[in-house]
Amino acid sequence: MSADAMIRERVGGTPAGFDFEPIELVEAPKLSKATVAIVTTAGLARPGEPWADGSHAFRLFERDTEGLILAHNSTNFDRTGYAADRNVVYPIDRLVEMEAEGVIGRVAPRHASFLGSTFELSTFVLDTGPRLAKILREDGVDIAILTPV
Amino acid sequence: MCSRTVSALARALEAGGIATVALISIRQQAETIGPPRGLHCAFPLGRPLGRPDDHALQRRVLDAAFGLLERSGDPVIVDFDEEIRDEVETPLACPLPPRSDANEHPAIDEVRGLRPAYDRTYERLGSTQVGRVVDADGLPEAMGALVRVADGAGWGDVEVVGGDFPTLLQDLRAYYEEAALGLSDHVPAARKAESWFFQKTRAGALVHAFFDRVKDSEPAFPGLYYVIPASQVSDRLF
Repeated sequence: MSADAMIRERVGGTPAGFDFEPIELVEAPKLSKATVAIVTTAGLARPGEPWADGSHAFRLFERDTEGLILAHNSTNFDRTGYAADRNVVYPIDRLVEMEAEGVIGRVAPRHASFLGSTFELSTFVLDTGPRLAKILREDGVDIAILTPV
Repeated sequence: MCSRTVSALARALEAGGIATVALISIRQQAETIGPPRGLHCAFPLGRPLGRPDDHALQRRVLDAAFGLLERSGDPVIVDFDEEIRDEVETPLACPLPPRSDANEHPAIDEVRGLRPAYDRTYERLGSTQVGRVVDADGLPEAMGALVRVADGAGWGDVEVVGGDFPTLLQDLRAYYEEAALGLSDHVPAARKAESWFFQKTRAGALVHAFFDRVKDSEPAFPGLYYVIPASQVSDRLF
């Protein structure tokens, strides 16, 4: 069994621990007119700013921010992919290319990272998630692509 | 847990007026939460867009993800049509430096010996993942705390840079994995450098010794599962 298969088997059945309401899907504008932001749970951080275990906070990064560390505290995923090419987790360079080609309307001015290992979900759903949505809307964001590690 | 978290956050953002699409690495977790639109990619954990430097694959993933925005109706999880597996069972074959200072701890001596390889990667990439609590210059000295615990000191009695052993261990692992990139002519498949570090290097042996000291300690070591990957120990960590 591969390492990832073992992890998927062990944690795949983790309960939600929260009663989610039915959700209505937002109608996205045409992709070529839309502003797109990345929201990752990779625990991205500037050097010297590690995450506290169990954090529900998010951090915002300008689209041209360089040198972000993948500071997620879990050891149970590959790290060399991001070290070699950030786009394998944080596809900012691909989005900039898509913006230049007119595939997407605009890359958002700011992008966000959470720490995805935090077990308790209700604070994400009721507090920090809605707060981030408000900030992204103020930035003109129409679409968010979310990436895990 | 990230596929759980991205699914929950996607729901929160969608409720806040942002159309979302979430890449999913653990399908069962996403099915439990129900993101508005999920693209399940059976790729190695830690590489949700596939292979590093494979721009074409990364674009196909993004195209497939954004394609889900054209759907209406109920939440959906769709499978991407390519699979990539980790290669944890085959450690990267990398040369290790010979001992240069017999008076230094073998792992610290090794860290110093790998510095040219680490620097090559830094020069090529222009960035590094070492730096949560210590940079490459400070790493040999910071490792002294790991050595003291491995040699028998109580983890609570040893001062560690940043105040947190697991975070220092992340910097140590990042240093080795970037040295491995400098010793290899390609980006290795997922987890090959992890297995090289934990199974083949003297620093990996130090981490195992540290783990053996703290795993049953009283008081319990906080974040034991952040010390070493579950794939590198026989103990069931979670």
